[in-house]
Amino acid sequence: MARQPEGPPPPPAVQKLRLRYAKRGPLRFASHRDLARALERALRRARVPMAFSAGFSPHPKISYVGAAPTGAASEAEYVEIGLTERCDPEAVRAALDASLPPGVDVLECVEALAPGSLADRIDAAVWRVELPGVAPAELAAAVEALLAAEQVTVAKRTKNGLRDVDARPAVAGASAGGEAGCAILHMVVRQVTPAVRPDDVLAALAAVAGLRPPSPPRAVREAQGRLDDSGTVADPLGPDRDAGARCQGEPATV
Amino acid sequence: MNGESLYPRLEPLLAQVQKPIQYVGGELNAQVKAWDDVAVRWALMYPDAYEVGLPNQGLMILYEVLNERPDALAERTYAVWPDLAALMREAGVGQFTVDLHRAVRDFDVLGVSFATELGYTNLLEALDLAGVPLHAVDRDETHPVVVAGGHAAFNPEPVADFVDCAVLGDGEQVVGDVTDVVAAWKEQGRPGGRVELLARLARVDGVYVPRFYAVSYAPDGAIAAVTRTRDDVPARVGKRTVMDLDEWPYPKTPLVPLAESVHERMSVEIFRGCTRGCRFCQAGMITRPVRERTITGIGSMVDQGLRATGYEEVGLLSLSSADHSEIGQVAKELADRYEGTNTGLSLPSTRVDAFNVTLANELSRNGRRSGLTFAPEGGSERIRRVINKTVSKEDLVRTVTTAYANGWQQVKLYFMCGLPTETDEDVLEIAELAVEVIRAGREASGRRDIRCTVSIGGFVPKPHTPFQWAGQAGADTIDHRLRVLRQAINADRRIGRSIGLRYHDGKPGVVEGLLSRGDRRVGRVIERVWREGGRFDGWSEHFSYERWTAAAAAELAPLGVDLDWYTTRERGQDEVLPWDHLDSGLDKEWLWDDWQDALREEEVADCRWTPCYDCGVCPTNGTEIQTGPTGRSLLPLTVVR
Repeated sequence: MARQPEGPPPPPAVQKLRLRYAKRGPLRFASHRDLARALERALRRARVPMAFSAGFSPHPKISYVGAAPTGAASEAEYVEIGLTERCDPEAVRAALDASLPPGVDVLECVEALAPGSLADRIDAAVWRVELPGVAPAELAAAVEALLAAEQVTVAKRTKNGLRDVDARPAVAGASAGGEAGCAILHMVVRQVTPAVRPDDVLAALAAVAGLRPPSPPRAVREAQGRLDDSGTVADPLGPDRDAGARCQGEPATV
Repeated sequence: MNGESLYPRLEPLLAQVQKPIQYVGGELNAQVKAWDDVAVRWALMYPDAYEVGLPNQGLMILYEVLNERPDALAERTYAVWPDLAALMREAGVGQFTVDLHRAVRDFDVLGVSFATELGYTNLLEALDLAGVPLHAVDRDETHPVVVAGGHAAFNPEPVADFVDCAVLGDGEQVVGDVTDVVAAWKEQGRPGGRVELLARLARVDGVYVPRFYAVSYAPDGAIAAVTRTRDDVPARVGKRTVMDLDEWPYPKTPLVPLAESVHERMSVEIFRGCTRGCRFCQAGMITRPVRERTITGIGSMVDQGLRATGYEEVGLLSLSSADHSEIGQVAKELADRYEGTNTGLSLPSTRVDAFNVTLANELSRNGRRSGLTFAPEGGSERIRRVINKTVSKEDLVRTVTTAYANGWQQVKLYFMCGLPTETDEDVLEIAELAVEVIRAGREASGRRDIRCTVSIGGFVPKPHTPFQWAGQAGADTIDHRLRVLRQAINADRRIGRSIGLRYHDGKPGVVEGLLSRGDRRVGRVIERVWREGGRFDGWSEHFSYERWTAAAAAELAPLGVDLDWYTTRERGQDEVLPWDHLDSGLDKEWLWDDWQDALREEEVADCRWTPCYDCGVCPTNGTEIQTGPTGRSLLPLTVVR
């Protein structure tokens, strides 16, 4: 008979917090796994009363939503954590931020109060991609060609080798800007399966207009959320914040 | 400008390489000091990939010790994978530190820690990438002083042409002495240039400067003599020994990387040194005597380290952790302290002893009991007497069975093959043992899903051990024994499917053997291998046996020696060994007598529990065994969570 852990099951989660954090500077080279490990350790150092799963290998209750790819910086990464004691969200934000390495910065923390999961509130991302060595006019022409195309097939590296993907439908909007010597691509990309990442859109720009940046582009995810008909991306923490504002009379516990 | 960050030029390259996170630094507990505030700057290198080098305790300790000094700073650098190295050469970006991406070329000292000789080609690659001349004699006073340390530095002769100094023994105090010497020389305006600096360093206890020692060779290829070329350097260089480990509670704030590393846990060194007397074990010979950290010293390091890192597992590290005089109490009281906190405690591989199962049970009180590791090292009782790691077959089977009965699902057994006097029969006994262990284990635990993994590698004779005279078994012998062992294990599928066999083929061991017991002539082989693309020799996907054998043949033939001469040849008592002028404290006559005892299958007891057998270390170095018990105990922590 296999051994079982002795004693009562671990205490349940009594509060869910949702966080927005950024990965900046050199830490854009961190992978999702790297960040997940760093976050779990930081939660321990910050002594956040995490809820754990049962069994011999208890895992903290953390759910990640759509991590930005390795190499891309982000101002809008989202994660949800389960706590065994109620805590002040701002205190958790500050403690966690202090425990994480500089460059992984916790920007917001709200209690999950509104109905619906975080994942349901995110279906698109706003990207800003710097293209050193590319003239803004050249990028503008390429963007125009991309938006005019109905279909742009790019070869995407997946676990099972290269696979052809149509990158065009995922691009909800794109525009070019920037200054001499460094064009900047602004775009809104839908989160679809298989995923279309900034690299894939750049491959699409190469395919339609021969745009080939002389040095590696730098992508930053500026926002994530639900894309509405007007083309804006809504703040996924908004509903929780609104719900929190409605029940301000409730006594706060730390 | 010196000390400037290379990051702006490095960043575009990082977007094009595998696992770029390993090059950006930003680890928790990394230290940042201003370049201009200090007199002496150290770049500390572990000559392997970041994921292997970052968790290295030695480097972490020196990093903290040096950064605590107001007049010094230390940053870290690791071996760069070939994909980035190619881009760096193209872009003219030099070897850099991960802390602030400063050029290694700009530092005063480059300290390289060699846990294994297979890092030598990575040293050459780093020097070349850094823009530092490969050969020490070609460097001027603007280049960093290249200092080798670590266990391999007890025979630095194969890299004698490439390093300026080697440091023998514990590094904690000697890095301070080296810093003082460099600081004074710089302050005085660098009198006498690089040679004067090296001469001053050669007078620091534990520092060996190869260029001040000349080696001559006899017609038969052996060394005729090693003589010093200046009379102000010591004829023999001794080793450094740190006494009272409680006074050196390092690392206090272990580095925690963002990238995944080979050890996802924090380690606390519970004692240093070992006097068990295993004859194959260089670490046990060169780190004598035993110096224990006290139970309270261990307790506070575990506590402070966990707070500083957020790790959930702590390894209690040493050469034979169950031998700590207070280990039972340490295990129980730490388990008490961290009960219910999701903090795991573990011991590294241990001697085969039923007590170790008790300890492991205690440490895993309410955690998963997945795997337990024992290191019998030798397959038969006879060979275990030869290597002085005596345990009877009955005790071995009983111990492993006890582990299964206590809920451990998998037991890993470490062995070596190619030990002196070994025959096929000695190795075949491993198969019998594994079969018996599974049979008895299934019966004792009532389960059929238990597993035994046999992990085996070829033995490499090392300097400063009783086996330093032994002929190494050739790759063919090793591969043959591994083959018959595999066949024997698979003979009975009903049992054999519960037994896993993990092994390393014999070829890398031959190269390790060449580098371990080599002399200065081997430096040419290393350089040729590096010039022909040799890097990361500890990684099977990069290691090329053919490149090494071809380089050895080409470079050694004109000198009248060859690969076999360095590896499979047994040495005589009177031969001058390349490391004879480097003093680990062990008396050469005692080593020889112990070698003869090994051949007679005679054991020697541990001097912690029996009278001194005169290995020579304590009187030579003015040291003594420091063990408990202290009678102290660990109080519960006030705040644990």
